[in-house]
Amino acid sequence: MLERLPVRPGDPVARELRQLRTDLAANPRDRETAIRLAERYFALASSEGDPRYVGYAQAALKPWWDLPAPPLDVLVVRAILKQYSHDFSGAMRDLEAATREDPNNARAWSWRAAIHMVQADYERAREDCSALQKLESELYAVGCMAYLDGTTGKAAAAHRVLSTAFARNADAPPEVKVWVLTRLAEMSLRQGEAKQAEAHFRAAYFEPINDQFLLAAYADFLLDQARPEEVIPLLVDWVKSDILLLRLALAEHALKAPKAREHIEALRSRFDAAALRGDKLHQQEEARFNLHLLGNKEKALALARENWKLQREPRDARILLEAALAMNEPAAAQEALDWLERSQHEDPVLRRSAEKLKSLRR
Amino acid sequence: MRTLLTLLLLFAVSPAHAHKPSDSYLAIRAEGSDLSGQWDIALRDLDFAIGLDDSGDGDITWGEVRAHHADIAAYALARLKLRSKGADCPAHATEFLVDDHSDGAYSVMRFAATCPEEVTTLEISYSLFADLDPQHRGLLRLEHGAATRTAIFGPERATQSFELAKISALTQFVDYAREGVWHIWIGFDHILFLLSLLLPAVLVLEGGGWRAVSRFPPAFWEVFKIVTSFTVAHSITLSLAALGVISLPSRLVESAIATSVVLAALNNVFPVVHGRRWMVAFAFGLIHGFGFASVLRDLGLPQGALLIALVGFNLGVEVGQLAIVSAFLPVAYVLRASWFYRRLVFFGGSIAIAVVAGIWLVERAFNMKIISP
Repeated sequence: MLERLPVRPGDPVARELRQLRTDLAANPRDRETAIRLAERYFALASSEGDPRYVGYAQAALKPWWDLPAPPLDVLVVRAILKQYSHDFSGAMRDLEAATREDPNNARAWSWRAAIHMVQADYERAREDCSALQKLESELYAVGCMAYLDGTTGKAAAAHRVLSTAFARNADAPPEVKVWVLTRLAEMSLRQGEAKQAEAHFRAAYFEPINDQFLLAAYADFLLDQARPEEVIPLLVDWVKSDILLLRLALAEHALKAPKAREHIEALRSRFDAAALRGDKLHQQEEARFNLHLLGNKEKALALARENWKLQREPRDARILLEAALAMNEPAAAQEALDWLERSQHEDPVLRRSAEKLKSLRR
Repeated sequence: MRTLLTLLLLFAVSPAHAHKPSDSYLAIRAEGSDLSGQWDIALRDLDFAIGLDDSGDGDITWGEVRAHHADIAAYALARLKLRSKGADCPAHATEFLVDDHSDGAYSVMRFAATCPEEVTTLEISYSLFADLDPQHRGLLRLEHGAATRTAIFGPERATQSFELAKISALTQFVDYAREGVWHIWIGFDHILFLLSLLLPAVLVLEGGGWRAVSRFPPAFWEVFKIVTSFTVAHSITLSLAALGVISLPSRLVESAIATSVVLAALNNVFPVVHGRRWMVAFAFGLIHGFGFASVLRDLGLPQGALLIALVGFNLGVEVGQLAIVSAFLPVAYVLRASWFYRRLVFFGGSIAIAVVAGIWLVERAFNMKIISP
């Protein structure tokens, strides 16, 4: 056996995809089929973390991909695919066009909020979430606002509101439950409630779907709690995912496990391969890899700064603060310090790093 | 509401490219009008494009890949256009292997292409998987002479041209000469053969026993004759084999070279041939020439500069040889009368050479591994 395929040909998912592909091949301009196929592939990309699926989705939309003003439904899916490759400005152009054309398009508004959150543009994110209040069911509308509030200094209130809405919507699909529970866990952590956070993580983990983001966040939590031994069973089957392999290697490194060396080498060669390709999508992970596994602080700081230009979520701020701290260069993390000030973000881990950096400057 | 299901993913922008994306690795070497290349393509991608998993069990086996070699070559090579001066350089697959990259198993296809004329500007059009996965990239490594260039191919940059710097005849000559020196330096079998013939050059056989020569000139002329005849002989066969006039199976050649070392070394311990060692050097030199030729073949012979490469390589071999001889002879001459030289270096050394070469002979003749050559 040379290679195991991610989806067996006999799988229901594989059969469905094959059917859609056959239909589309017969009639490539059938928009409804094209969009269905693209959506199925995007869902696979999110659960498996494999960017090939985004490429396949893009191929399905080929007749519309380069059009300046494609139909509304294409605009939204195209934006979602563009943001996956971190083309945030391209994605935002499409989403703005979509909400202009259809101000009641909840999906376009929610993706706008998502991208503004990544860019730490909280004012615009609030406008997007407000637009959603009138359009979406309670859980989504509340979820959007709570996500924003939970990031900007109101974690306790956000946690309260979102838990209440969650309790009233117990029939939500598992994907939604995992998303809400992961957010609740993050809000708990920001209040220093590790036990509560863990309960949320575990509840999300036992939902019957895979989610890269949840696994990464849960593993980071266990690493922060100095429980690396629990990370290994969680991620042992996910070595093909770079972001999860990083967490696995961090756990093995902490445990001085023999596998650590092999996994560090694997990560190194994958980052090298990405560099060969000219990708800059891994910089946050690559910075963590350099700082915590290679001890290459200088490179870690350079990568974390570069990453901050594109992505400004709490975990992006964290690696920038940590790398600057390791290099004794508080000025290098000035933008992350400013962000912490402005956003009122509460995470105690970030606050501690920021305090240390500020005391260095004095 | 259909949109609801995917709404969730929104509030957390996806962890982009959690996996390594789809890349292929394309290495091309240009030489004169010839192109040779190696193309590594992920089995997963090939399976998606042309279907490799015949058994439908979700595992791709070596047997399944092998059964599809022709399909892989046809599919991939149809999506790689190599052009020079507006003319196509048609490519064909020469060999298939499998290799592991950081994200899984890849099919490795070696290929060769010939352009109508010497390539000065190579135009490459790459469209592998362009219709299936626009995120796919082809990572090119282009070698020409000592220069290496890299480039990334994707749907937005599907056709790119590369100017190939003209390689001067002198550079080529020096390159091949360097390879010749290097080969004699690492080619222990040639060195040991030469040493076996040179060891007795500072001695003479008298009444069944070896005695030191009394003067330097006879020793020098003996060495001169041996080295010259060895050189002339291997130059003849090297040229004939490199030009494709004669071709011998490499296992036979390598075994014969090992045999020549055994016989030359044993002749010092149990003298059969003496006085005319230059003839032995000539006879066996013919065989060693075939050995050099196979190295030259592996290096690749530039069609436009065959003679330059041949002469350069041969001269390199001679320079390497001369260096060994000039290091050996003065030392051997000084030590020739000592017990150390006559018993230890001459007898002990000859026996050791015979043993090592005997092991090579067994390894090469029976295609097995006992020690490294």
